[in-house]
Amino acid sequence: MQTPDDTILSVEGLRVGFGRGAATVTALRDVSFTLGRGKTLALVGESGSGKSVTSLALMGLLPPSGRILSGRLNFRRSDGTVVDLAGLDAAGYRAMRGPGISMIFQEPMSSLNPLFTVGDQIGEMLLLHENVSSAQRDKRVIEMLELVEIPGAAARAKSYPHELSGGMRQRVMIAMGLICNPALLIADEPTTALDVTIQAQILDLMRRLQKELDMSILFITHDMGVVAEMADQVAVMYAGAVVEQAGVLDLFDHTRHPYTQGLLASIPRDDLVDGERLVPIPGSVPSLTALPSGCAFAPRCSHAQPECHRPVSLEEKASGHLSACIFDFAGAA
Amino acid sequence: MTDALLQIRNLTKRFDTASGTVHAVEDVSFDIPRGSIMGLVGESGSGKTTLGRALLRLVEPTSGQIRFDGTDITTLDAKGMRDMRRRMQIIFQDPVSSLNPRLKVGDLIAEGLRAFGIGTRRDRRDRVAALLEEVGLNADHMNRYPHAFSGGQRQRIGIARALALEPDFIVADESVSALDVSIQAQVLNLLLELREKRNLTMLFIAHDLSVVNYLCDQVAVLYLGRLMEIGPTNRVQRASAHPYTRALNSAIPQPDPRAARNRTPLQGDIPSPLAPPSGCVFRTRCPHVADLCATGVPDAHLLGAHHQSYCKRTEELYGH
Repeated sequence: MQTPDDTILSVEGLRVGFGRGAATVTALRDVSFTLGRGKTLALVGESGSGKSVTSLALMGLLPPSGRILSGRLNFRRSDGTVVDLAGLDAAGYRAMRGPGISMIFQEPMSSLNPLFTVGDQIGEMLLLHENVSSAQRDKRVIEMLELVEIPGAAARAKSYPHELSGGMRQRVMIAMGLICNPALLIADEPTTALDVTIQAQILDLMRRLQKELDMSILFITHDMGVVAEMADQVAVMYAGAVVEQAGVLDLFDHTRHPYTQGLLASIPRDDLVDGERLVPIPGSVPSLTALPSGCAFAPRCSHAQPECHRPVSLEEKASGHLSACIFDFAGAA
Repeated sequence: MTDALLQIRNLTKRFDTASGTVHAVEDVSFDIPRGSIMGLVGESGSGKTTLGRALLRLVEPTSGQIRFDGTDITTLDAKGMRDMRRRMQIIFQDPVSSLNPRLKVGDLIAEGLRAFGIGTRRDRRDRVAALLEEVGLNADHMNRYPHAFSGGQRQRIGIARALALEPDFIVADESVSALDVSIQAQVLNLLLELREKRNLTMLFIAHDLSVVNYLCDQVAVLYLGRLMEIGPTNRVQRASAHPYTRALNSAIPQPDPRAARNRTPLQGDIPSPLAPPSGCVFRTRCPHVADLCATGVPDAHLLGAHHQSYCKRTEELYGH
């Protein structure tokens, strides 16, 4: 498939397995989505849906037991050329990380090295990816800390991670992720460990920086509230596959896949009427080693029919709205 | 006040540490009416977990009274407190680390019954079977170990365990925070069912205000160990009379892409409980701070039945 000019990332049929031979567990069965340049795509799902494995596969950071079984990860570089990330070797990936794609993680405390100052850790990115003098490096680090709104940036660059609050540490992670001016930022649950008032600050900051720096963001989250606030496009994952992708308004207004509908009905919303009960999805996520044939969501789905045991794939049901359900429940949210 | 199962008066808990005194809970007073669920919300470091544990004397309060069904439990000796704990139980946040992995589920749930010498072995087995059914599991799950269960199922086991002694009062400390949203909804509905069936009184501690708004009859909002606002849930949610509660409410991302993003942004971080600000502890982050906020801790400002705000500018800001 040709990657259109306004697409920065197009993932097609990504399959990732862990283990070898007959013992291989397929963690990603069929992940496909596209991310437009300068846009934010939210990859949303619950524990075990495979959203983090997807991001690690994109970054070339799968653990030794994991490997890409098949699929294409077409990424458009800033010079316009398209590269399939799945075909990169270690050196190719090293060159790609930083200026091409960079990533920020959920837990800033465990992702930062406690033995180095935050300035050194942000500057390390420049050391690896750009040939600049140490004076220039220090200057860029301080500019970056100012950009992420850390007060007293010059002094803060000399701080160690433990001297900063959780929110400040996440700002440092963002500074580190952005200093090489990446075309694509992967943010894996960047606000999940933070209090809501701090989360609001970080989300505001990310929105502002995206505009200023013209970045594309792959935003991984389990929180549909964060999705509504941040995303232009949404891909919903369940048990290792994307089950629905649409623009954010379309996804909330005309939810098509029963799993997405169930997810939305499980959220305690502020507009619930007194005494109104949530409608949970019954049961729990199936084990990846014992997936049902056909639609993986069928055993928990209130619309399930015998034909749901047939294989199902992500199909366009309306312009730009894809769903992996053999039925079409448009707008039945 | 209507029939209160729990009356908390001027409860204070301070921890002495090498770097000074941590003011974890300061002068908190409120009642929990029998059969109702009180939500306790606040950010990390607000003291909500310490308050919950102090109510069960799992940490000893520094001062203040806790009257449970008329008895001041802060003066009970070890034996008296042990008997009282039959009626007061707790469900923890993390269902993995709070269940002993070496015990079978049946033994975990029956542990309290055994400790109090209740029933014969067979009675206890029947009781465990009934409890498992009540929380939505099967009786034959009692012979399995905790690792065989999913996070949501383990939390159900934690709930069955807390119910085994038929308590009147349960502290649920972030009991749904670790769960995925579809499972969280199952457990929230289970708690509502149990409350109805058993007329339970609960203190539900959470950082997620939308969960509290769904589950609780009343909400107490804590900041740096002090009460900011307390009242019926729909009042605190829709007609909050405290700048902190308003900021907290507006910070929740709503699952509606059209929702207006007009926030009351809070600057900075929560100050250290080693050196809380003088006067109103929230004033260093408050968008409506004035000179009068720096001196004297705000008194309760009454806003009608059971709704109180601890802000000196309540009337001026919110016209109450």
